[in-house]
Amino acid sequence: MEFVKERLLGGKEGARGILILAVLLLIVFPLFLDIFRLNLVGKYLTYAFVAVGLVLCWGYGGILSLGQGLFFGLGGYAMAMFLKLEASDPESTKIQSTPGIPDFMDWNQLTALPWFWEPFNNLFFTLIAIIVVPSIFAFIIGVAMFRRRVSGVYFAIITQAIALILTVLIVGQQGYTGGINGITDLRTLLGWDIRSDSAKYILYFVNVVLLLGVIMIGKFVITGKLGRLLLAMRDKEDRVRFSGYDVASFKVFIFVLAAAMSAIGGAMFTLQVGFMSPSFVGIVPSIEMVIFAAVGGRMSLIGAVYGALIVNFGKTYFSESAPVLWLLLMGALFITVVMAFPNGLAGLWDKYKDKLNRDSLKNGFRSLGKREKTFDIKWPKITLPKFRKKETEVKGVPSNIRGDHA
Amino acid sequence: MLEQLRESVRRDEVFSFLKPSPSPLLGKNLDTSHGPILYLEDITVEFDGFKALNNLTLTIDDGELRCIIGPNGAGKTTMMDVITGKTRPDSGLAYFGQTIDLTKLQEYEIAQVGIGRKFQKPTVFPNHTAFENLELALDADKRTWPSLRFSLTAEQKDSINETLEYIGLLDCSTMLGKNLSHGQKQWLEIGMVMMQKPRLLLIDEPIAGMTHQETEKTAELLLKLAGDQSVVVVEHDMQFVRSIANKVTVLHEGSVLAEGSMSEVQNNQKVIEVYLGE
Ligand SMILES: Nc1ncnc2c1ncn2[C@@H]1O[C@H](COP(=O)(O)OP(=O)(O)OP(=O)(O)O)[C@@H](O)[C@H]1O
Ligand SMILES: [Mg+2]
Repeated sequence: MEFVKERLLGGKEGARGILILAVLLLIVFPLFLDIFRLNLVGKYLTYAFVAVGLVLCWGYGGILSLGQGLFFGLGGYAMAMFLKLEASDPESTKIQSTPGIPDFMDWNQLTALPWFWEPFNNLFFTLIAIIVVPSIFAFIIGVAMFRRRVSGVYFAIITQAIALILTVLIVGQQGYTGGINGITDLRTLLGWDIRSDSAKYILYFVNVVLLLGVIMIGKFVITGKLGRLLLAMRDKEDRVRFSGYDVASFKVFIFVLAAAMSAIGGAMFTLQVGFMSPSFVGIVPSIEMVIFAAVGGRMSLIGAVYGALIVNFGKTYFSESAPVLWLLLMGALFITVVMAFPNGLAGLWDKYKDKLNRDSLKNGFRSLGKREKTFDIKWPKITLPKFRKKETEVKGVPSNIRGDHA
Repeated sequence: MLEQLRESVRRDEVFSFLKPSPSPLLGKNLDTSHGPILYLEDITVEFDGFKALNNLTLTIDDGELRCIIGPNGAGKTTMMDVITGKTRPDSGLAYFGQTIDLTKLQEYEIAQVGIGRKFQKPTVFPNHTAFENLELALDADKRTWPSLRFSLTAEQKDSINETLEYIGLLDCSTMLGKNLSHGQKQWLEIGMVMMQKPRLLLIDEPIAGMTHQETEKTAELLLKLAGDQSVVVVEHDMQFVRSIANKVTVLHEGSVLAEGSMSEVQNNQKVIEVYLGE
């Protein structure tokens, strides 16, 4: 019980935050929104999975990934492949020259199902692949980069490049992937029509429950020693390393975890929206995900959810009335948040709450038992990747200057 | 055969391949039977043609407190970088005890086998409390999974509080690292190194920024640490060095210029030239 309270909910404060979020998502929204809008909210919430992962790996671990769309996409595509195969039974595709394969394959003159599509006939395999495939991807990227101590801006650019490569690949390999249109026309999950209103309701609730679960996993990580180590690593990596910790393996861990979370979001996206396309994989969506986390507060798991919701409400509202304006607005929003509110909405909320607390303290209502804990803004430092063994420090420091290169 | 099978599917045990294998280094015993705990031979480190260390040879005995002095740029910090794996030597041997080749280990592995280091510029975790700073340094299983599940035992809590008291920070245990004074940061970092339970402590310029009183306390602390552990202290303050050292090594231009007691070293002609001449 103590464990659940302290580690999964993050203490009393954290439990309250989760409770408010749960009430909002599970009761208020379903009561007051029609199914069309609720489905829209469900779609936004799939981005929140990515944002929560970013809080862990960027906010706490200091690893800014501008390629989370990659993992969102892999999860989403895995789900889409299963649904597409189910929608492509020989009966409903009998007008094709090769019945029984997805329509886009037929259009691209494929005559048999490619080998890597085969296992996606199986739902159990698909569910595992949704988590495992992106995790393996993240693991390989993580090991390759973090063992070489690539970090900061360099890492961000590389993740961006990888996301771009995957998009190009998906678009280019039309016959295997559905190309720029993506995988569309998904209908049923084991015979259950996912386009019906009742299915949309159920999927929305499944989505919310999974999201709350992911948040609790995140809380579990950050409330423990590993969370403190991540923060320590972000601030003083060398001190962590010389205290006997393998910094690279922590980074790989948190990066893989964030990737797995994003992938769940991707799969839920496919289920709720009914298709998956490369426009959710590439550079722009990946950067948008970072903006959600930044607006919500990069140190707050729950803030990230609100960030995803609010930015997307704004996006939907403005992109209907003035699409160009929205892009500018989003840029401005991002810069404002980063410059003025480094801890995002959650930071504002904390400040406001502290003020309330202090006021009540003044009036002698209740004492303020909260420990001071603020965070500096810390954007990725440009550190050269160490490909050679000795390139640790700036070279050519005159020997008469007292160096502090320790 | 059946026995074996039964053994491997016992219910009260996890499959053995699922058990975390203990780090191979943790079991490796430090062998100091021949005296020295640290052994450097002919270490050379070159930065773009400039030799920061030049055929440096140095041994530290088990339990010894050694002071290392030398002008700015003599290579003192670089020597610590080599010992802790931060910089790889271009040539030379570096052994910890008789068996552990330091040039083959990663920085974190070197820390795990028992070498702790305090940096020249005080390096503590700014957004963690003093208590948490020590908790993170605490000697425990430091791999990812155990760190995720870690929780402090009562004993460990006590030992952290003891250390806090020892370094005079018990009253500041909930203060964030960044809000401590310079001297307090220095102490906290020494405390962190102590928490690692190292066999060898490398302390780079501990008293920079300390008041006279704090300096005295630091001297006391270092003297107390030596004996059970070996301590190597780099310091510019001669008076401080005199107060703690029985053996002093003078580094100059990357190699050992002189070695001996403080008074021997002070009367050494070459040392006088280096410090007063030029
Ligand atoms: N990574 C590096 N790249 C290039 N030169 C370096 C590097 N690290 C150290 N040096 C140079 O090597 C020399 C030795 O430096 P070191 O820091 O070891 O001196 P030190 O004895 O610790 O001096 P101080 O008393 O100022 O701390 C200096 O001239 C320094 O500029
Ligand atoms: Mg130095």
